[in-house]
Amino acid sequence: MSASHAEGKNYLNCEKGLWSWLTTLDHKRIGIMYMITVMVFFAVGGTFAMLIRGELYSAGRNIVGPETYNQFMTFHGAIMVFMVIIPGIPAFLGNFFLPMHLGAKDVAFPRVNLLSWYCLIVGAAISLVSLIYNGVDTGWTFYTPYSIETNNGTTWMVAGAFVMGFSSILTGLNFIVTTHKLRAPGMTFFNMPLFVWALYSTAVLQVLATPVLGITLMLLIAERVLGVGIFDPTLGGDPVLFQHFFWFYSHPAVYIMILPAMGIVSEIITAFSRKVIFGYKAIAFSSVGIAVVSFFVWGHHMFTSGQSEAAGILFSFITMLVGVPTAIKVFNWVATLYKGSVRFDSPMLFALGFLFLFTIGGVTGIMLATAGLDIHFHDTYFVVAHFHYVMVGGTLMAIMGGFYYWLPKMFGRMYNEFWARITFVLIFVGFNVTFFPQFILGAMGMPRRYYDYLPEFQSLNRISSFGAWTIGTGFLIALFVIIHSIRRGEKATSNPWGAKTLEWTTSSPPPHENFLETPVVTGGPYEFR
Amino acid sequence: MSSGNEIIVGGHKVAHHFDSAEQEFEASKLGIWLFLCTEILMFGGLFVGYVIFHNIYPEMFAEGAKHLDWRLGSLNTVVLLLSSFTMVLSIYYAQTNQQKKTSNMLLITFLCGLVFMVIKAFEYYHKFHLGLYPGSYFSYEHAEHANLAMYFSFYFLMTGLHGTHVLVGMFLIAWLWIRSRRKEFNKDYYTPLEVVGLFWHLVDIIWIYLFPLLYLVG
Amino acid sequence: MIWLNTAAAHASTFMPPQGTEIASQYDKLYGFIVIASLISCVLVIGGLVMFALKYKRKSENDKTAYITHDTRLEFAWSFIPFLIFMVVFVWGTYIYLELRTVPKNAFEVHVFGQKWNWDFMYKSGKKSTNEMVVPVNTPIKLIITSRDVLHSFYIPAFRVKQDAVPGRYTKLWFNADKVGDFQVFCAEYCGTNHSRMLAKVKVVSKDDFEKWLQDNPYKDLASADVGQKVYNAKCIACHQLVPEASTSIAPSFLGLFGKTRQFADSTSAQADENYIRESILNSKAKIVKRVSGEAFPPIMPAFAGALSEEELVGLIEYLKTLKE
Repeated sequence: MSASHAEGKNYLNCEKGLWSWLTTLDHKRIGIMYMITVMVFFAVGGTFAMLIRGELYSAGRNIVGPETYNQFMTFHGAIMVFMVIIPGIPAFLGNFFLPMHLGAKDVAFPRVNLLSWYCLIVGAAISLVSLIYNGVDTGWTFYTPYSIETNNGTTWMVAGAFVMGFSSILTGLNFIVTTHKLRAPGMTFFNMPLFVWALYSTAVLQVLATPVLGITLMLLIAERVLGVGIFDPTLGGDPVLFQHFFWFYSHPAVYIMILPAMGIVSEIITAFSRKVIFGYKAIAFSSVGIAVVSFFVWGHHMFTSGQSEAAGILFSFITMLVGVPTAIKVFNWVATLYKGSVRFDSPMLFALGFLFLFTIGGVTGIMLATAGLDIHFHDTYFVVAHFHYVMVGGTLMAIMGGFYYWLPKMFGRMYNEFWARITFVLIFVGFNVTFFPQFILGAMGMPRRYYDYLPEFQSLNRISSFGAWTIGTGFLIALFVIIHSIRRGEKATSNPWGAKTLEWTTSSPPPHENFLETPVVTGGPYEFR
Repeated sequence: MSSGNEIIVGGHKVAHHFDSAEQEFEASKLGIWLFLCTEILMFGGLFVGYVIFHNIYPEMFAEGAKHLDWRLGSLNTVVLLLSSFTMVLSIYYAQTNQQKKTSNMLLITFLCGLVFMVIKAFEYYHKFHLGLYPGSYFSYEHAEHANLAMYFSFYFLMTGLHGTHVLVGMFLIAWLWIRSRRKEFNKDYYTPLEVVGLFWHLVDIIWIYLFPLLYLVG
Repeated sequence: MIWLNTAAAHASTFMPPQGTEIASQYDKLYGFIVIASLISCVLVIGGLVMFALKYKRKSENDKTAYITHDTRLEFAWSFIPFLIFMVVFVWGTYIYLELRTVPKNAFEVHVFGQKWNWDFMYKSGKKSTNEMVVPVNTPIKLIITSRDVLHSFYIPAFRVKQDAVPGRYTKLWFNADKVGDFQVFCAEYCGTNHSRMLAKVKVVSKDDFEKWLQDNPYKDLASADVGQKVYNAKCIACHQLVPEASTSIAPSFLGLFGKTRQFADSTSAQADENYIRESILNSKAKIVKRVSGEAFPPIMPAFAGALSEEELVGLIEYLKTLKE
C-alpha cells in the first residue's frame, strides 16, 4: 500500500459541505464530529472548573453565592463525566482508529454509529433545558432524596443523561460486533493492537452497565414526576437503593473512562520506544480482568452509607483485586522502555506523564479501598484528588497524548512540537499543583462539595486554585496548537513515528475506505525487530 | 468511492464495508443479541427493585395483585405466545421462499400485538377509573396497605415500559410487512426478519416474567 | 521498626489531632500505606525515568531488544503487590471492625440531621443543637437519622463518619480519650448550606457531663430570650435578620409577625401565633411567595416533635420582638 495513491483524495475532501458531515456514515468523519463536540463540552466543563477554583480561592463568598456554586459543581461534574470523558476516547479516537487497527473499512453498523452521535447531541440539548428551570444543584451523582425535592432542572438533566446513555451503549455495541466480525484476514485476537483490547473491554462495560444507569435515571424521573416512592423514604422507599443502582453503573463507568486511556498509552509507549510491548497477553487480559471485576466493587462507594459490615469487607476485598491487573499494566509499560530506543515527542511525554500521575492515583486508590481508612477519607477532598489523578491525570493526559500521536494521521499534518511540549509542561505541573494539595486537604478532613471552608484550609486551597488556572492556560494553548496544525501544519508522511500498527500503512489522511486493498496480517502489532 | 465490486445477494445489496452477505448477517445477529442483553439489564433494574420491595412489603404486593384480573393477564400471555409463533413462521416461510405466507404471518403477528395493547388499555382504563394511579396520583380510598401506591408504581412502570416495547415492535413489524409485500425477503436475505423476530421474542419473554410477578404472586 | 514509627508520625502530621485510641491505630495503618506507596512510586517512577533516559534514542537506526515477556518476572510483580494488598486489606478490615463494632453498655445519644444543623437528644430528655457534649473515656454510641435528605456525621479527629439516612437509623461509636472541642462536618452533600452544616463535639470530664445533663439552659430566661437561643441554633442558617433579597433562600424574620403573608396557592393569611406555630411544626402546609412573586422552595423540614412547647412559645415571642 502506498501513500501516493489518487493524489489528494481522502476522507476529508471526498465530499463537501456541512450536510455531508451531518449525514456521513464514515467512522472517521463521525470520529471527527465527536472530537469537535467533546472539545466544546470540555471547554464548558473546564470553564466551570475555573469558576469553582475562583470561588474556593479564599474562605467565604468570593464570586458567587452557595446556590450558584453548587450548580457550577454539578455542571462541571456532569459535563465532564457524561459528555467529555465517557465519549472522549472511545467515541472520538476509538471510532476513528478501531476499524483501522483491525484492517476494516468501517464499523459494523455505520448508521447506528451516526445515531449514537445524535443521541449525545440530543441528550446534551435536553440537559441544557435544565438551565431554564433553575438549573441543577444535586452534584453529578443525583443522590436521592435530595434530587427528588430540589429544582425542576434536575428532571431535564437526568433525562439528558438518560439519552446520552444510549450514545454510549450504541458505540459499545458497534465496537464489540466490529471486533468480532470485521477483522482483516490474519488479524487474530492476539494480533490486535492493545488499544483494541482496551476498547473491547470498555465496550463490554458500556453495553452491560449503561442500561442499569438508564433504568435508574428513568426511575428518578418517575420519582420526580409521578412520586412513585421507590427511592423516597417518606413513601416507604429506600434512598440507599438509588446508590446501589447508581454505582452499579458508575463504578464500571470509571473503567469506561480509564481502560481506553490505558490502551492509548500501550500504543504510544511501544511506538516511541520502538520496541515490542512487554507482556502483550498480560496487558490484554488485565483489561478484560479489570472489566469483569469492576462489576462487583460498587459497594466501596458506600462504606459509610449504612451497609452491613460483611458487605463492606467483601467490597473492600474485591476492590483490592482490581489493584493487581492495574499494577501489572504499569510494570509492563515500564519494562517496555528497557533496552528500547526512546524518543521524547509530546505524545510520549503525555504517556510518561500518564504513568507518573496514574501511579499516584493508583496507590491512593488502595488507601480508599481499605475499608477502615475510607471511613475517614470518604467524601473528603482526598477522594476528589484521587479521582482527578485517575480521570484527569490518567484519561485526559492519554487523550492529549493520543491526540498529538494521531493528529498527523487524522489530518495529514504535523503539530508544532515546541508548543506541544509547552502545553505538556503547563498541564503536568499545573495538575500536580492543583490536586496534590487536595490530598492533604482531604487528610485534614475537608469534605468535598463545600462552598465555604474553615480558615485552616485556605492556604492549600489557594495553591490549588493557582494550579487549576495553570492547567487552564495549558489547555488553551493546546487548542491553538491543534487548530494551527490542522490549518497550517507541515504535511505529514504516512508514518511519521515509525509505528507498526495498520493505520500507519495507509496514507495520511486515510482514503474513504481506509485501505486501498484489504490488508493481510501476518504478525503481532508491535513487531519492531 | 465504491470499490466497483458490489455484492448483491437475494436482491439485497451488501453494505460496502462487509466482504460477504454471510458476514453481514452474522454481524447483525451479534448486534441484536448484544442489544437484547442491554434490554434485559434495563428491565433487570426494575425486577431487582420489585424483589427488594416485595421482601419488605409482601402484604402490599398481595393486596395489589388482587386488583389485577388474572384472566385478562392470561389471555394476553396467550396472545403474545401466539404472536411469537407466527413471527417464527414468517421467518420459516421467508427461508422457503413462500413470500405470500411470510407477509400474512407478519400481519397476524402485528394484529396479536394490537390485541395485546387493546386488552392492556382496557386494564389501564379500569385502574384509572378506580383511582389506582401510580405514586402521588393514587386516589383509591379503600387501600388497606399504607404504601399500596407503590405497588401500582411498579405495575405501571413495568407494564408501561413493556408496552412501549410492544409498540416499538409493532411499528417494526408493520415496516417488515410493507417490505415483505414488496417481496424483499427470500431464502438468501431475511436479516431484518431475524433481527426484529429476536426483539419480539424478548418482548414476549419479558411479559412471561411480568405476568406471574404482577398478577399471580401474592 | 523505629523508622517506621517516626515516619508514621510524620505522615500523620497532615491528619487531624487524634481524639481517640482508634485514631492513633488508624494513623499507623495510614503511615504504613503512605510509606509503602512512596516506595512503590519511587520504584515505578524511578525505573521509568531511569530507563527513559538510559535508552534515549541515539540514532534512527537504533536496534531494540526483542523481549516479549518473562513469566517469572511477571508472576513476581503480580504476586508481590497482591501480598501487600492482602496485608493492607486484613489490617484495614481489623480497623474497620474496630470502628464499626459498638461496645456493649455504650452511652447512647440520638443524632438528627436536618437542613442545615445537627440536633442531639439524650435519654434524660436533654436536647442540644450543633453542640454535642459527651463524657471523656466513655464509649459513646450515636444513633443517627435524618429528618429530610442524606447527611453524613463526620468527626475527623475521631476518624469516624456515618451517613444520616431518612427513614432508618445508622450507628457510629467512639471513645474520646482527650477533653476538648472537636469539629463536626456534614460530609454528604445536602444542598445550599451543606458547607455550613457544622457542629462541635465537646468532650468534658464525667463530672462536668453530669452537671451539664442536669443543667436547664433556659432556666430564668424570658420567653423571647429562649426563642433567641432556639433561633440561633436552628433557624439562623436560612431565616436571616436582613430584609429579603433575591438570593434569600427563606423568608426573613424581620417584621414577619403580624404581616399579611401571600402564599403560592394565591391565598393569604395574617401571620399570627397559629400561623407561626403551623409553619414551624408543619412547614409545608403554606408556602410563602417571594417579593418577586415566585414561591420559596419548600425545603424546610417539619419541626413537629423537635421542639418543646417552651421553645415554640419562646420562638413566637422572639419573632414578635423583631421589627423591620
